[in-house]
Amino acid sequence: MIGAPAIRKEGRAKVLGSTCYTDDMSAEGALHGATVRSQIPRGILKGIHFGEGIPWNEFVIVTAADIPGKNRVASIVHDQPFLVGIGEEITHPEQPVVLLAHGDRQLLVKARKAVRLEVEELPAVLDLQSSLDLTQVIYGTNNLLKEIHIRKGEPDSVWSQAAHVIEGEYRTGAQEQMYLEPNAMLAVTERGDPNAQVTVYGSLQCPYYVHGALKQLFDLPDDQVRVIALEMGGAFGGKEDYPSVIAGHAALLSWKSGKPVKLVYDREEDLVCTTKRHPSRTRIKTAFDTEGKFLALEIDFVLDGGAYATMSPVVLSRGALHSTSVYCCPNVHIHARAAATNTPPSGAFRGFGAPQSLFAMERHMDVCATQMGMDPVELRRKNFLKIGDSTATGQIIQENLDLGGLMDRVLKEIGYHDKQKAFAAHNATDDPIKRGVAFSVFMHGCGFTGSGEATMASVAGVEGLADGSVSVLAASTEMGQGKNTVFSQIVAEALKLPVDMVNTAIVDTKYVPNSGPTVGSRTTMIVGKLLEDAAYGLKQSLIQHGFLKEPYSPEAFKEAVQKAHARLGSIKSYAQFHKQPHIVWDDASYRGDAYPTFSWACYAAEIAVDTVTFEVKVEDFVAAQEVGRVVNPVLAAGQIEGGVAQGIGWGLWEDVVSNQGRMVNNQMTNYIIPTSADLPRIRVIFLENPHPAGPGGAKGIGELPMDGPAPALLNALQNALGPLRLDEVPMTPERLLTRYEEVYGG
Amino acid sequence: MADLALTLNVNGKSHTVRVHPLARLLDILREELKLTGTKEGCGEGECGACSILMNGQVVNSCLIPAAQAQGAEIITVEGLAEGEKLSPLQAAFLTHNAAQCGFCTPGMLIAAQDLLNRCPNPDENQVRDGLSGNLCRCTGYVKILDAVKVAAQEGSSR
Repeated sequence: MIGAPAIRKEGRAKVLGSTCYTDDMSAEGALHGATVRSQIPRGILKGIHFGEGIPWNEFVIVTAADIPGKNRVASIVHDQPFLVGIGEEITHPEQPVVLLAHGDRQLLVKARKAVRLEVEELPAVLDLQSSLDLTQVIYGTNNLLKEIHIRKGEPDSVWSQAAHVIEGEYRTGAQEQMYLEPNAMLAVTERGDPNAQVTVYGSLQCPYYVHGALKQLFDLPDDQVRVIALEMGGAFGGKEDYPSVIAGHAALLSWKSGKPVKLVYDREEDLVCTTKRHPSRTRIKTAFDTEGKFLALEIDFVLDGGAYATMSPVVLSRGALHSTSVYCCPNVHIHARAAATNTPPSGAFRGFGAPQSLFAMERHMDVCATQMGMDPVELRRKNFLKIGDSTATGQIIQENLDLGGLMDRVLKEIGYHDKQKAFAAHNATDDPIKRGVAFSVFMHGCGFTGSGEATMASVAGVEGLADGSVSVLAASTEMGQGKNTVFSQIVAEALKLPVDMVNTAIVDTKYVPNSGPTVGSRTTMIVGKLLEDAAYGLKQSLIQHGFLKEPYSPEAFKEAVQKAHARLGSIKSYAQFHKQPHIVWDDASYRGDAYPTFSWACYAAEIAVDTVTFEVKVEDFVAAQEVGRVVNPVLAAGQIEGGVAQGIGWGLWEDVVSNQGRMVNNQMTNYIIPTSADLPRIRVIFLENPHPAGPGGAKGIGELPMDGPAPALLNALQNALGPLRLDEVPMTPERLLTRYEEVYGG
Repeated sequence: MADLALTLNVNGKSHTVRVHPLARLLDILREELKLTGTKEGCGEGECGACSILMNGQVVNSCLIPAAQAQGAEIITVEGLAEGEKLSPLQAAFLTHNAAQCGFCTPGMLIAAQDLLNRCPNPDENQVRDGLSGNLCRCTGYVKILDAVKVAAQEGSSR
């Protein structure tokens, strides 16, 4: 079953249009909710005024004073309030202050506009540099949400003796996840109900994050809060942490009114207030010897975290740990900081910090090659990590890694060397269309960083049902990536059953264990491995209790489960993640094994750029990766194609424009994501090298494809146009024109 | 404001509904007729998740005021299959993994059906063009192009 192109489990319902997303749920007598927000970046809330002409007595109105438990969103740091109370500080322009609910949506829209906030404004910090310069102290004592140092060797001993010292600065902008389904929650509360007083159905990636947040908000025990993850219309990290806020808001309105409340954001609200990819600035200083081998690397990596910590500490960590890309360097210092600004908090987005730092490093490699007069292919080849080498954290590469082979395969596939020659000749003519081809090489760490998985100790299980089929019990959610199918394939393989005998249970915290959040390229590799173990456990216990004998047919297995179920009632088997003894990590010093393993990739892009309009067209794209063993080739290719599309969007078009800390192009009309007319056919290649950490040898793939496109595209622009200052994404036509004129004049 | 009474034909069945005068065709389908397959992704006619066929033409139902739907013939995603039998396009979307999260899928299927109705054997650029009003954030469109091409080869126009 592993390796087969099994059909998506929930696919039939999706093509029929019968899948139930959150806004498709109907609840008898449900009210609609709305959120009144701060509108200024920083100040003290002095009062709330309800304007004339609205029948306020018909409305459910919730303020901070109505919160039964703690007014803090449970997260890595408990710093974000669900609602700002009178006398408290407003820290960004979209901060929730008042919640309203009513049965009439049109009236609700009017009412929201009629609430006036009285605020004493304070000077705000709206950009990264002002935050680092401490123009105002807005968070802690130094505006830093997290700071990390990673050290290897003695970089300072090297600079003066190096043949080449090359410095660069690179920037990346915010990016909107733009899942097609906007955020949505339905809350149903029943005070005093012994089964669950607060129940939330929603579009959310991490049921137990929301569960934890609601427990703290209502001061209720575990079994009194229930979270049910419905089908999600995409997420990409955007529904990792913010759903805790929306679920809390919907539940507060329901708690106060005693009625079900649906809180569904429209697109403009979703874009303006929910989390985005962290903007970044990376400064790199590199020393090479005469041959082009790395002697030292100094990296200063800074992220704009917005007003609260949310996921910033771990996004920063992943970004820092990927900042040296796939190279071996004896002397390294990485200084990473996430700084606070008075803007809506940044959060998780596919890649989680790695696309930012990898963009800088993979772009810098081509800049260095040009400055040293070397071929970017050979410069990389000289410095690739290989088995036995150590990374910046001292992690020893244990796998038989052949990055040179991977790179050569991609270059051959796209016709790199021939095209380089042909384009050089073409670009010397007066044709305004210039052409370029280039690439990036990179990796993505699978699972949580460092000790994350061991600390979380996730649990997942399988259950034999009365009809003899097997159900997967895990809190991992389906957002389109295919976990229903992939989990079923992994369990079917372990039990030697056809995949239609295995299904995934509804993700309901009342029935499924905490297998951790659905993030970090961990679902297939980490949770999948637990399911493989749990499936073996189920089989063993059926054998030990005399229900089953090996070898068995699927029919015999089915009968064994039916009999066991009839005799014993519930039959379940669980597995828990345990710290692997050979993986050592120290959080204090940032030394050791940063990830159980990495997926490795090389992406190549061919572009054509019009030097009149500065429109960039992606003509060809080859994405090759080594991801252990591929569980489902069709679903896996779909993940890569979609991730590459997002990476191309980030590299060329997707520009979040802000004014006074607010996104002003918060519409699909003016925030541009790729359409079917904008992309080439993305050509996907998998190289398989099974890894023992994952089920059947599988590693993570979800985030990997976001990392490589942006640097490959900008390297290709350099190939087409010469060494311009291609230091930023998105490289929109406007930015490209400016940089072209710096070199070639107006 | 007084409610508006309308009669329209949806997926071959005639319905009379009373709706808020500011309601959109999308609201009639989702809230009055409980046909929730049609999705709202942006509310401004940009994403195409609410695409339906209205009198044989593909439209964004979020941009159609309720009053305009009086007497219209509407086909939604729920009207593509014949009972349990998937349409050729639906079957091709399923086997080619053209639906990932599935939220753009109903609108994408409608736009693809409209394309094949007009142009039974489109080349790849015609498919790209025909679907360019429907945004997908999951697939990079590759599998969708494959599915439409296969459905076209099997003769999906009607």
